[in-house]
Amino acid sequence: MLKLTCFPTFSHFAVDSHIIMSKRKARDAHLPVGECIKQVQQILRERFCERRLPDRLEGVEAQYKHLLELLRRTAIHGESNSVLIVGPRGAGKTTLLQCVLRDLQKEEKVQKNLLQVHLNGLLQTDDRIALKEITRQLHLENVVGDKVFGSFAENLAFLLEALKKGNRSSSCPVLFVLDEFDLFAHHKNQTLLYNLFDVSQSAQAPIAVVGVTCRLDVLELLEKRVKSRFSHRQIHLLSSLNFTQYLERVWTQLSLPDSFPDKKFAQEWNAGVKTLCEDKSVEEVLQRHFNSSKDFRSLHMLLMLCLSRVSVAKPTIKPADLLEASRMCFADTTANMLHGLSILELCLVIAMKHLNDVYEGEPFNLQMVHNEFKKFLHRKSNSMYNFEQPVVMKAFEHLQQLELIRPVDGSSAKVQREYQLMRLTLDHSQIMEALQKYPQCPTDIKQWAMSAFG
Amino acid sequence: MTALLQHPGYDEERLKGVAEKLPCREVQAGMLLSLMGQPHQYSYPSIFIYGHRASGKSHVMHVLMKELELSHATVSCVECVSIALLFEQVLLSFFGCDAASLLPRSPSLSDFVRVYRQQCSQSPAKQTRYIVMEKAELLRDTDASLLSALLRLQELVEDNVTVILLSEIAWDKFRPNTGCFEPLLLHFPDYSKSELQQILSQNVHPSYSAGFYSAYINILLGVFYSVCRDLRELRHLAALNFSKFCEPLAEGKVKETDTHKLWKHIEPHLKKAMQTVYLREVSSLQWEQMQQMEEEEAGALRGLSAHTHVELPYYSKFLLIAAYLASYNPARTDKRFFLKHHGKIRKTNFLKKNEKTSNHLLGPKPFPLDRLLAIFYSVVDSRVAPTASIFSQISSLVTLQLLAQVSHDDQLDAPKYKCAVSLDFICAIARTVNFDIVKYLYDFL
Ligand SMILES: Nc1ncnc2c1ncn2[C@@H]1O[C@H](COP(=O)(O)OP(=O)(O)OP(=O)(O)O)[C@@H](O)[C@H]1O
Ligand SMILES: Nc1ncnc2c1ncn2[C@@H]1O[C@H](COP(=O)(O)OP(=O)(O)O)[C@@H](O)[C@H]1O
Ligand SMILES: [Mg+2]
Ligand SMILES: [Mg+2]
Repeated sequence: MLKLTCFPTFSHFAVDSHIIMSKRKARDAHLPVGECIKQVQQILRERFCERRLPDRLEGVEAQYKHLLELLRRTAIHGESNSVLIVGPRGAGKTTLLQCVLRDLQKEEKVQKNLLQVHLNGLLQTDDRIALKEITRQLHLENVVGDKVFGSFAENLAFLLEALKKGNRSSSCPVLFVLDEFDLFAHHKNQTLLYNLFDVSQSAQAPIAVVGVTCRLDVLELLEKRVKSRFSHRQIHLLSSLNFTQYLERVWTQLSLPDSFPDKKFAQEWNAGVKTLCEDKSVEEVLQRHFNSSKDFRSLHMLLMLCLSRVSVAKPTIKPADLLEASRMCFADTTANMLHGLSILELCLVIAMKHLNDVYEGEPFNLQMVHNEFKKFLHRKSNSMYNFEQPVVMKAFEHLQQLELIRPVDGSSAKVQREYQLMRLTLDHSQIMEALQKYPQCPTDIKQWAMSAFG
Repeated sequence: MTALLQHPGYDEERLKGVAEKLPCREVQAGMLLSLMGQPHQYSYPSIFIYGHRASGKSHVMHVLMKELELSHATVSCVECVSIALLFEQVLLSFFGCDAASLLPRSPSLSDFVRVYRQQCSQSPAKQTRYIVMEKAELLRDTDASLLSALLRLQELVEDNVTVILLSEIAWDKFRPNTGCFEPLLLHFPDYSKSELQQILSQNVHPSYSAGFYSAYINILLGVFYSVCRDLRELRHLAALNFSKFCEPLAEGKVKETDTHKLWKHIEPHLKKAMQTVYLREVSSLQWEQMQQMEEEEAGALRGLSAHTHVELPYYSKFLLIAAYLASYNPARTDKRFFLKHHGKIRKTNFLKKNEKTSNHLLGPKPFPLDRLLAIFYSVVDSRVAPTASIFSQISSLVTLQLLAQVSHDDQLDAPKYKCAVSLDFICAIARTVNFDIVKYLYDFL
């Protein structure tokens, strides 16, 4: 008989070290600040790096119940099913599924019964690889040996049949999780999807197929024959959070659990977080973040940046930390790159901007840009920036390397470099802002950039 | 400096060593360390470091990893021509060569993650492991899911591992269509002029004073800073030209402190270096030799690029001239230029309404073979070779990349050409056959 061990879904979530610790220590242990900060870092990092399942899911009770019920029916009654979990990135799709599985595993009947196969569209990039991985996760490599199969369907059927062996009359239910589900739709003929959905619909063997995706239009990616075999059950994770709830979430994400070894420190920390969230300037910053994204992931990034500024010397998060973290999150990366251009490169960018204005976004080549630049030098009778063509060419190529300009598609490699058509990937405001920040920008160049005509 | 010294979990002596090796990058290194946290704690799954060339990205990572003895794998995306190589290097650095040999022949990401997990369960990380990817922009050209997978490798392999991507291209240009795990972004700003001065001045020559060397760097930056801020390039230029700078000193003509005289002596040399060394038209070795034989042949210095060495047969020169004219003149002006008795026609007569842009801005236009031949026969006057040899010369011009053949799908039998040389080049060619090409160019009428 085959020994079936389930896929180790939760092994990666770090051991609850602080809880163990708290049991060992006396109730009201007092730890030195250094030790407390170490614990804070440890606990919060696990949270923000998303290595720990939350003890309690926030705001997705209905979805949780729905999914739990669905999977329980497969695990216990052997009902086949298929479902898609759809929601934006970092909204908690994977977490929802993992929590459901964690809680399902606690039920005794399920524990021995349910097999799991976890696939990820990023890893199993074609159906051959996926099938190999399925075989491996079901521990059937030896059973398959070097048998040759006529088709994918035959192979899959063999695998499911193999699970039946032993003294069971019916086979073990198998849960197939397909993370980044949309990527599987790009596989040739959607063979894997077709076969899984087909098995789930025709009840050949009890399986549940759970797809996880961030694409709302995912059904349109499915071929007709695949789509018709899918149950059309979808669980959506679209957040209807309001700002007050968002603030509350910031607070819960930052606060320490009751199990924290030093009770007094934890209380002070949590109180500190509360005051932080009530600060006017903090609220303003958070409002900005709320308006741009409500998911957990981007909040975690913001809070991670705050946390990194906590040290023994400064054992709390101050409003200034959050402001600084927010500034980093919202930094305009392109503007940052413009800051480091040489003055010649900057001049070329300005010339391109003028060409864009005059020719309404038509592409340009180096000759035209250089000509525009020379016109400026001529008007100013400025000889300081009179560079030879090859030097200008090198600057131009550097801009291309930085992808600040991009060759127009189809302008072939046969064209001389100075005539290759290009487009600027920057917009007007980015250039003007970069100019303001540019260290010691000569005034005549600033004026040139601001003038309406080249 | 203090920013760097307060990181519990790391040895203080070593931190001091790090601080010494990273002048002008203390803030960034401190920031990185605080994001990385203590060695046994989790670090953020992926960090994207961007900044201009030679802004110290690789240097900082290298110093941190080496000095603090962190478990890491540094992978250059230029050297990893296949993803198999990349996977191998990572497994090798973390788990030894046995692990790397577990990969099948052309491994998929799935294989990599499988082997990694298997190894990792045998020897779990006590400290964060780091994968540093140099020139990460190249990851975009490989398998589309590679970048996305690396960004969330921590989740995929369930290990305390952080992927650090280094690039000189902004993150916006990386993000896949359907999004991905967003890395933390860390900017390495370009070095300011004074920071460059400080870093470059560290390489002081042992037999000269620090003040003298620093004055030299100051002059060097004065010349090059407006075109080049690349520390690596500047350092190269500094090393190359220093002996020239010291010359008057050795001859006893000036004192170390007489900066103005020294400046006057070196400035023209540096300007010349910009034309040649900076553009890589000559190698550094050639430049050193040239400096030695300097005075004798100052004229031969310029333009050592391949083009100037091309020696063309007589007719080929005319063919090229004809091609240039055909590329840059509108076809309807051919009569004016090449018909012997055309009468007097001014430019305005065939100036079309919207024709403001010169053809020398737009680049060469394709032309058919018969037009080329017509112009050729009229410019070369009398002595003309048989047509067959003309055709073979055309094809050798194409081979030399002086002419470009433009293929049009709809006209398979009638190839078109473009002239692919610059105005300077064609003028030089024309001079050798005593042909005043400028007179025949519409743009210069
Ligand atoms: N309902 C919830 N309550 C508390 N925390 C949550 C909840 N949902 C998600 N989180 C937290 O948010 C983080 C991101 O969630 P998760 O990784 O599941 O997102 P995802 O939707 O799978 O993203 P992706 O599309 O990128 O895979 C996790 O750290 C998780 O702990
Ligand atoms: N702050 C610094 N102090 C000393 N040398 C530096 C510093 N920053 C960069 N360098 C040197 O400049 C060169 C280029 O830096 P590197 O880190 O390779 O740049 P990149 O950002 O392109 O990776 C290296 O040789 C390095 O030694
Ligand atoms: Mg997920
Ligand atoms: Mg580098």
